[in-house]
Amino acid sequence: MAELTTLREGIADLVRDGDTVALEGFTHLIPTLAGHEIIRQRRRDLTLVRMTPDIVYDQMIGMGVARQLVFSWGGNPGVGSLHRMRDAVENGWPVPLEVDEHSHAGMANRYVAGASRLPFAVLRGYRGNDLAAQSDTIATITCPFTGDELSAVRAINPDVTVLHAQQADRDGNVQLWGILGVQKEAALAASRVLVTVEEIVDRLEPRPGAIRLPGWVVTAVAPVPGGAHPSYALDYSTRDNAFYQEWDAISRDREAFTAWMTEHVLDPAGAGR
Amino acid sequence: MSWTTDEMMTVAAARSLAGATTCFVGIGLPSTAANLARRTSNPGLVLIYESGTIGAKPEVLPLSIGDGELVETADTVVAVPEIFNYWLQGGRCDVGFLGAAQLDRFANINTTTIDRGEGRPPLRLPGAGGAPEIAAHAGTVLIVVRHSPRVFVERLSFVTSVGFGSGPDDRKRLDQPGSGPRRVITDLGVLEPDPETCELTLTALHPGVEVEQARQATGWPLRIADEFATTEAPTDDELAVLRDLQARTKEAHRARTA
Repeated sequence: MAELTTLREGIADLVRDGDTVALEGFTHLIPTLAGHEIIRQRRRDLTLVRMTPDIVYDQMIGMGVARQLVFSWGGNPGVGSLHRMRDAVENGWPVPLEVDEHSHAGMANRYVAGASRLPFAVLRGYRGNDLAAQSDTIATITCPFTGDELSAVRAINPDVTVLHAQQADRDGNVQLWGILGVQKEAALAASRVLVTVEEIVDRLEPRPGAIRLPGWVVTAVAPVPGGAHPSYALDYSTRDNAFYQEWDAISRDREAFTAWMTEHVLDPAGAGR
Repeated sequence: MSWTTDEMMTVAAARSLAGATTCFVGIGLPSTAANLARRTSNPGLVLIYESGTIGAKPEVLPLSIGDGELVETADTVVAVPEIFNYWLQGGRCDVGFLGAAQLDRFANINTTTIDRGEGRPPLRLPGAGGAPEIAAHAGTVLIVVRHSPRVFVERLSFVTSVGFGSGPDDRKRLDQPGSGPRRVITDLGVLEPDPETCELTLTALHPGVEVEQARQATGWPLRIADEFATTEAPTDDELAVLRDLQARTKEAHRARTA
């Protein structure tokens, strides 16, 4: 059964320097406050994996926790660029950042392979574009049955996957619903799984269409109400679109960004949430 | 009613969805046009977003592909591997609707990096997202983008999503199941692939736009189709619906929810 813990202890126990870490959540249920705790605990040299880096990885990259980014779409949705990610890739600030860029279909299938404990997944993708040439995790293979040329993408098996979900019970069984993303795949592909939740409930009510992660595939659960902000948890909060728009100005400038992070993330008053 | 060039572009893009059953929608201009189509030319249009929301019927335009508005109004919500593997790669999407940072004459798209010359690092764009497989697998592809020489370039810095590659035989050679880009709608007019060469050719201009403006805004020598049209101006109804949608969206996104 998963251990019930605090965010601070969960990150301290499960996320180590140099790890491959996936904070997943496709627009919905992004574990932003877990990202903040990783920043506060000064992890370094992480390989950050996420389909859509979003604000949480912009913040982590800007605070220097990452060495590599594995992703498929790195923008501020509907707003523009992720300025800290761009600055790291283009100018190496605050530290150089390697990237491994995939398509969404490729990344989703990499997680499927990881969860299936297969070395790679196969898809009809990447043909004729320039992505394969700059990535060592994309290759061409021939179907043994039809002779079709297909693309193989290497499995992703994170050292630790961090998710946010609506609910868990006291045995660490987790339930999440709404946009499902690659949550199940990212959890089952990982060696260790930390889930932050809106609330701990006595009993999880069965919900059609929800994802249930049994406590025996989860390492630890920490209650972190509001832990997805500015993303959201369906039926608990709504996406803070105004903040996504404000982030553009905050993150454009190195000093403004650092000041914002110091006040809102590093400041001890904000820690331990 | 008077209208802006952006409104003309969105209305023309929405009209291009008449007759489609399902549309895989990119965020931004494509999403605005697809939601306008659902309120005007094609009320039954099934909107599919890459977040796995199938049959979304949002009341306000989503800022992201994963706004709660999409989930709460969808017919069903599926996981991301499923949306790409079963529904897109499985050939269930009639039309893919994309934007572009750079586009070449064969409607190949770059959303990855742009070269800025010696001594400067390439400009980093958001990246591929769902576009490469939408471009490969959707039955046909529509592209909506503002017309400028920075966008319509002679040569892409990077090919992220394939249109017609380098000519008419490339989609078959590269095993792209869909038939490729059918139309590019801009704020100046409409470009369509030449039936023989697949090169994007100007087939219509919006009212009041001169051919020379389109030529100036295109980074390659733009060919003009033999059969050439002027787009019908937006109707009062189309404009009223679009403006109402945008006003409600602006109001909804302004509200802080922290």
